[in-house]
Amino acid sequence: MLEIKDLHAKVGDRDILRGISLDVAPGEVHAIMGPNGSGKSTLAQVLAGNPAYEVTGGSVTYQGIDLLALQPEERAQQGVFLAFQYPIEIPGVSNAYFLRSAFNSIRAARGQEEVDPLEFLDYMEKKLELVDMDVEMLSRSVNMGFSGGEKKRNEILQMAVLEPKIALLDETDSGLDIDALRIVANGVNALKRPDNATIVVTHYQRLLNYIVPDYVHVLAHGKIVKSGDKSLALELEAKGYDWLVEPQGALA
Amino acid sequence: MGGTIETLVNREYQYGFVTDIEAETIPRGLDENTVRLISAKKGEPKWLLDWRLKAFARWNTMQEPHWSNVKYPAIDYQDVIYYSAPKPQKALGSLDEVDPKLREMYGKLGISLSEQKRMNNVAVDVVMDSVSVGTSFKAELSKLGIIFCSFGEAVREHPELVQKYLGSVVPHSDNFFAALNSAVFSDGSFVYVPKGVRCPMELSTYFRINAEGTGQFERTLIIADEGAYVSYLEGCTAPKRDTNQLHAAVVELIALKDATIKYSTVQNWYAGDEKGEGGIYNFVTKRGKCAGENAKISWTQVETGSAITWKYPSVILQGDNSVGEFYSVAVVNNHQQADTGTKMIHIGRNTRSTIVSKGISAGQGNNSYRGQVKVLPKAAHARNYTQCDSMLIGNRCGAHTFPYIEVQNNSATLEHEASTSKIGEDQIFYLTQRGISKENAVSMIVAGFCKDVFKELPMEFALEAQQLLGITLEGSVG
Repeated sequence: MLEIKDLHAKVGDRDILRGISLDVAPGEVHAIMGPNGSGKSTLAQVLAGNPAYEVTGGSVTYQGIDLLALQPEERAQQGVFLAFQYPIEIPGVSNAYFLRSAFNSIRAARGQEEVDPLEFLDYMEKKLELVDMDVEMLSRSVNMGFSGGEKKRNEILQMAVLEPKIALLDETDSGLDIDALRIVANGVNALKRPDNATIVVTHYQRLLNYIVPDYVHVLAHGKIVKSGDKSLALELEAKGYDWLVEPQGALA
Repeated sequence: MGGTIETLVNREYQYGFVTDIEAETIPRGLDENTVRLISAKKGEPKWLLDWRLKAFARWNTMQEPHWSNVKYPAIDYQDVIYYSAPKPQKALGSLDEVDPKLREMYGKLGISLSEQKRMNNVAVDVVMDSVSVGTSFKAELSKLGIIFCSFGEAVREHPELVQKYLGSVVPHSDNFFAALNSAVFSDGSFVYVPKGVRCPMELSTYFRINAEGTGQFERTLIIADEGAYVSYLEGCTAPKRDTNQLHAAVVELIALKDATIKYSTVQNWYAGDEKGEGGIYNFVTKRGKCAGENAKISWTQVETGSAITWKYPSVILQGDNSVGEFYSVAVVNNHQQADTGTKMIHIGRNTRSTIVSKGISAGQGNNSYRGQVKVLPKAAHARNYTQCDSMLIGNRCGAHTFPYIEVQNNSATLEHEASTSKIGEDQIFYLTQRGISKENAVSMIVAGFCKDVFKELPMEFALEAQQLLGITLEGSVG
């Protein structure tokens, strides 16, 4: 469903992605691992369409269409979802209003009827259970005053509400204690279906104990340097990244 | 890429049409005879003419103030038409008798003058150019003893009230624009709510400038007698013209013991085009007096229009335990300039005031908050809370804050909070990544920023204000 071919991207004058190729099929979970600065998060941002990143080469085909030609909102409407590493605060906008607007925008783009606030509240009840969130969280401003764990759970709540076809989880485990990690991972696993796919971006193997990947890719200096199955993650946990990563000078 | 936000704004001003209606207009220019002519046309009593003449004499000695943070070419006060009234001027039995062309104009503005289709639970007085066109719900209101009529009618029917309160809060000599207004004002709205009466509906005045080259100088006087309550809303639009037009209004509010006046404004005068041509110069004096104990006056304003806004709705807190509030959203885009804020003058004991100001600047707009909190020696235990937030959209606009604080009683408590933020590309990306369009993302962020003010507006108008903000800012994101 997603074919990434020789993708290059930069931010400002800095080249970050230097030729990424990756195929993702429905039902699969891919883990992208790698040291800090390897380009993992950039890959997720570029796929979601963050305008701060400039694609300088390569292609991304998603369900047969050119993903890179779409605006961020169009990608979301087509089922691309990014769980942010640092969820953004929107003062004065309630979480409920934000979620319903997002839900209805996507429905409208698909030619479906919008749902009213009461119907939406019913729909939300099950979704809140999934991430163990209190209904009170809906009346608070988006991510304002949320703890690190609450922010991440709020991301997974959005994912549960929007039911994406491809979910990009950007360092979703960072800053989570073990209980929160379990809640988040359970949420992600519960949303797994044969027709959707997940790309998990993470620095540590820890999250992969809970969200078990079909494939693990190691990124270094903007390229995939090794791919394997979940055992690769365990090997990285034991040996670190150094044995896979050439010194930066060799590339420059 | 820097333009992602910038590309969003600039929908056309949809109220910019001109209505071709026969008007009675006096020649341009201003001297004592102009003042006498206006007074004669209105058939005014001598005391009012004398008051106007005093104001005019005073105005002649005054200089246009230039302390505000706005720039504009000199105004030629002899090149303004000071009176223009739609013809014919016969007395109307009901709003259904209003000239069909006028009715059509107000229809386009979304205001129905027909008694059948009147706005739900809102009584409306409409003022075109200088003259009140008609007032709805009059009969229902008069059963409760509430007077809601044009200023001219109040002068004829209730001279004792007008004479007692006119100029009691904003004296004819108060400032340059107030003195000018006092000399040449042509009409406006008058409200009196008797003792202990809670006005059961919103009272509203809709101001429209139509004729070219005319100034609009209306005057509003609202009196809430002891224990009374009234909520009043003012809306305004004007046609698009490439010359600037002058609007210098005066609003006076008087709240007696235990009375409450809530005054809301949605100001959408024509702001000029994207190059800064045309638009209304809005120089307005608004002030309320909490004359008795436990009186409360609350100003809420959403200022999106005008080329220049110069406006400081204020409250004199004279009665003990009286309360003053000022909630403001001011938006500038393109070349608009706004210098707006409030004055809270604490005189009585235990008086409290709250100021919440939200300034939004886009394009090359320049937005200034100017506020004064003054605590006089007898105002023991006075309290003020001020919150001033500015939001910048793009990098060519400006936001300024000028708070003045003067405390002469050491039992007073004053708090001041201020912040400046930029609408973030990261916020927009976050919302668009959830499937929300850029336009909606921007209006959502801005509405969230203004929430503390919008929640003070009457329901119907909160929605209108939010939509208006969306229109004003469209394309300004950058």
